[in-house]
Amino acid sequence: MAAPADRKYASTHEWHKTEGDVVVIGITQHAVDELTDITFVELPAAGKKISAGASFGEIESVKATSELYSGIAGEIVASNAALKDDPSLVNQDPYGKGWLVKVKPANPAELDALMSADQYNAKHG
Amino acid sequence: MAELKRTPFYDYHVKSNAKMVDFAGWEMPLLYRGIIDEHHHTRTKASIFDVSHMGRLKFTGKQAEAFLQKICTRNLAKGSVGQSMYSLVCNESGGVLDDVIVSRFDSHFLMVCNASNREKLLAWFNQHMQGLNVSLEDETASSAMVAIQGPKVVELLDSVLPEPLSDIKRYHFDTQRYMMIIKYTLFRSGYTGEDGAEIILGNSAASMAMGYLLKTDGENSLLKPAGLGARDTLRMEAGMPLYGHELSEQGDPLSAGLGWAVDLTKDFIGADALRKISAAGLKQKLVGLVLDTPRAARQGFNVLQGGNTIGTVTSGCLSPTLKKSIAMAYVNADASALGTNLQVDLRGTAVNATVTALPFYKRPK
Repeated sequence: MAAPADRKYASTHEWHKTEGDVVVIGITQHAVDELTDITFVELPAAGKKISAGASFGEIESVKATSELYSGIAGEIVASNAALKDDPSLVNQDPYGKGWLVKVKPANPAELDALMSADQYNAKHG
Repeated sequence: MAELKRTPFYDYHVKSNAKMVDFAGWEMPLLYRGIIDEHHHTRTKASIFDVSHMGRLKFTGKQAEAFLQKICTRNLAKGSVGQSMYSLVCNESGGVLDDVIVSRFDSHFLMVCNASNREKLLAWFNQHMQGLNVSLEDETASSAMVAIQGPKVVELLDSVLPEPLSDIKRYHFDTQRYMMIIKYTLFRSGYTGEDGAEIILGNSAASMAMGYLLKTDGENSLLKPAGLGARDTLRMEAGMPLYGHELSEQGDPLSAGLGWAVDLTKDFIGADALRKISAAGLKQKLVGLVLDTPRAARQGFNVLQGGNTIGTVTSGCLSPTLKKSIAMAYVNADASALGTNLQVDLRGTAVNATVTALPFYKRPK
């Protein structure tokens, strides 16, 4: 499944979608395919400040545990509470219901430095 | 980078959209539909695993048994023709070189070993065979092997094979012919904790056999393929050791709880060292842990007691069947009693863990 054109991508497979004045972050289908069945997601609380290129949480699958990285700096506005009861939402709908966090960006221009869908698909299509 | 080896079922895996990975230098299927799906299917119906990457070593000659007795910890004399025995192969210090299954045929022995240790064992055996009337033939490349595991396997194979699997006792085997042409050996054994079989057959018959067994009747096929990912979660639930995790050259079989596969009254390479280890009392023991967390422990995580590190995790996962975080770990002997409360350092957080009997899962009778 090709990465959708309506968002930007970090090289570490996190998508970033602008929705009004927040940026929603999740992981790509490619990342989900590598991880396989997701069993747990560790996400930060609202109010936590995150930095570009730094880890903001962990995602665990049957296979392995991986860090989650943000492509932008900002403040966590919300984490996807549905993932507590059903981490497999990330497998089922990584670009929609499986979203991870919503961030108020410190500097919206940072999104420009991320990859476009075309660029991401060229690398990981 | 050296090219990965492929089993006779490679084309089948690719056609089935399996996610392929490098395992011990072989290109193997990690999963087909999903690790958890394949795990559940094995525990409720029947799964077929390609295990052709494992070593298959044939020993012949007047001193074949004497040689195997010299390198195996188990007393193989106790096994009759048609019987398979689990054993360790140790070095002079009692460290584990591999865990294997040795099967006694009419006029030869077959050893099945881990793919990752095949070359190491071949060198070790050739070194220790000098001067003995024994020949070793590596049959890995010319044969294929599958494991068919699950509660529905016996009835399934009874209905398709010329002679019923029901007639073969656990850890015994029989060589049969399908339609008088395809020769195969049927072992009643496995690495999942379920009933089932392992089948060895020649390369050329492999894809025909797979096609025959997997004649699908749509989405609700009784027999479905499963990969190495599910193989690992299944064996962990069954409390079975995996070389490179619970077993290594740095550890001995006694500390791993495998004393039942070691005959200390027999002379074999490593026996002296193991007798000394046994006499001194084990310093560390392999235990099962159930953790109070939805997260999985992984190899290398520290096990703590009262804030002190007293052990290390060797394997861990979120058990798909038990829906609990389970792990195996070596801990100090005085912390190994069932029910002991310990902690596991899980990525910086100390999580409560209780020493639990192995296996975690036992198939219903």
